[in-house]
Amino acid sequence: MQWITDLISVSLLASTIRLATPLLLAALGGLLSERSGIINIGLEGMMLAGAFTAAAVTYYAANPWAGLLAAIGAGLFVAFIHAVACIEFDADQVVSGTAINILMLGGPPLMSGALFQTTGSTPQLPQSSLIPNAPMAIAFGLVPVVWYVLYRTRFGLRLRAVGENPEAADTAGVPVKRIRYAAVLISGALAAIGGAYLSIGQSSLFTRNMSAGRGFIALAALIFGKWRPFQTMLACLLFGFGEAASLQMQGVIPHIRVEYIEIVPYVLTMVVLAGFIGLSRPPRALGQPYAKEN
Amino acid sequence: MSKVLRNLMFPLIAVLAAFIAGGIIVALIGDDPIETYKLLVGSALSWPEGIGYTLFYATPLVFTGLAVAVAFRCGLLNIGAEGQLTIAAFATAWAGLTFSKQPAWLLIPIAAGMGILAGAAWAAIPGLLKAHFGSHEVINTIMMNFIALGVASALTQSYFKQPGDAILETAPIGAGAQISRLGKWIPGLPQRIPVNMSFIVAMIACILVYAFLWRTKWGYEIRATGSNPDAAEYGGISIRKQIVLAMAVSGGLAGMVAINEVMGYRYRYYQGFSSGYGFTGIAVALLGRNHPAGVLVAAIFFGALMRGGLFVDIFTEHVSKDLVLVLQALVILFVAAEALFRRKNRMAKGMPL
Repeated sequence: MQWITDLISVSLLASTIRLATPLLLAALGGLLSERSGIINIGLEGMMLAGAFTAAAVTYYAANPWAGLLAAIGAGLFVAFIHAVACIEFDADQVVSGTAINILMLGGPPLMSGALFQTTGSTPQLPQSSLIPNAPMAIAFGLVPVVWYVLYRTRFGLRLRAVGENPEAADTAGVPVKRIRYAAVLISGALAAIGGAYLSIGQSSLFTRNMSAGRGFIALAALIFGKWRPFQTMLACLLFGFGEAASLQMQGVIPHIRVEYIEIVPYVLTMVVLAGFIGLSRPPRALGQPYAKEN
Repeated sequence: MSKVLRNLMFPLIAVLAAFIAGGIIVALIGDDPIETYKLLVGSALSWPEGIGYTLFYATPLVFTGLAVAVAFRCGLLNIGAEGQLTIAAFATAWAGLTFSKQPAWLLIPIAAGMGILAGAAWAAIPGLLKAHFGSHEVINTIMMNFIALGVASALTQSYFKQPGDAILETAPIGAGAQISRLGKWIPGLPQRIPVNMSFIVAMIACILVYAFLWRTKWGYEIRATGSNPDAAEYGGISIRKQIVLAMAVSGGLAGMVAINEVMGYRYRYYQGFSSGYGFTGIAVALLGRNHPAGVLVAAIFFGALMRGGLFVDIFTEHVSKDLVLVLQALVILFVAAEALFRRKNRMAKGMPL
């Protein structure tokens, strides 16, 4: 039973926070999008867009901040596609998000092959080109900001109104489409920062599909967090802890294959989702396109 | 405009739009779009190489396309076909190894059946979770894709790996479980081209899915649940049961990929054998209008692209076969946004997500 004491440590806490960071960024973005009524299942793809762009631009500019900015740009671009499809063309939001995810499964390797002659990964970045801490500060610093915006500003009030009852919001003079565009675009920017953290924070290069389902885990976290910023942060910390613990368990517990430990975060996500979903209520107009009555 | 004509026209417009958008991307990357598309589509038309390989790549896509289509008809998006076919392939290989001494007439149904059952069971789990807890199938099926890969890889390494084999694969299955290649019967088609009996199985599956959805009570209830769950429930249909049933049928169809990959091609479970068949299945189903006939045509189309992608990889300067994934995504996007013309939401009103 030595492994139990090996597990509980300060480093576990630190890696919990580290691993929660990309989830939290994507989840806060998803939260804003969903509170405005737009399902964002494309968070995964937006993270990948951010991760690839950050690594590629950082490589050329030798400056991670340029990489981070470019990643935000990429996130905005991809989110814009999703927003146009959902808001202008009434596309099924889940299908559109899935298209975004597949697009970013293929897009980054395609670009990587053209830029670096290899589709597997981008070139290794030097230690000096990484920002291992800033995204963490951004992620956790954004929690009170998102809370404030959502509950204490006019924009936040309108955003929630649009997600709950777009007809009434429209009657009251709220520009439903514009608010939804803003929410989806912000979600793309935040998810992309989360993705950038994966490639130029936690590691030092982009690899194909490196987000490994984190966009979906972030969605589960925001549902678990009842679409509220602080609860969502706690949910992300829980998932971060699950991943951190599973990483530390590898090689520590005897006779268990590493694959069984690697799947822990995914199983945890399913269990949490099943256990808590009935206890929370989604925004009422979530997933429904809105067209002005003429 | 007649319904049939419209059903044919919109997918064509979506494909055309996707190819134009993809062509712009190719040009931006620095290759000639026309030349690239010639490689992508043109290489599929030669006999026997092009057509043989196209049908080989199309086979798993028919199964995953049907899988996604059946779930879609019930208002569910199954993006877990990838995990379902992974578990199924492992189960088929397990059966083919465990009962390897059995004769073909017994072993073929056992091995294929194990794959179908495993795929159905794997998909029924997110079905049950949705039916009883309301948790969204999209998140759960994605999670189960990762779990499937982990479990199949761990079991292979622990129990079924050929000693000394550096690659993560099982030992070969018994000869009785190996099905023959179409080249055995078709003159001019060499047997080295891996298109096999499972292509025939895929065509039969199209007919069976059609009969199931449009000629049986269960199929009717699945479609009723998908088009209007409230009305279906009011009409006495148990939505929960339909969700689980649709997911199980969907997973079973995805599991049939194992017949092609394990029994007809590699004769073993092989980690990473699927190059995104499950995800391509989404594009196949949407492009095929969630109808078996459309699925068959769309699968052959995407099969040709998969074959052509290999040539793009080799013969263009910058573009890789990932272009095919990008084209798939664009097709899905354009088909989804095409709802503009109809103002009708095909998916049932979702559970909270």
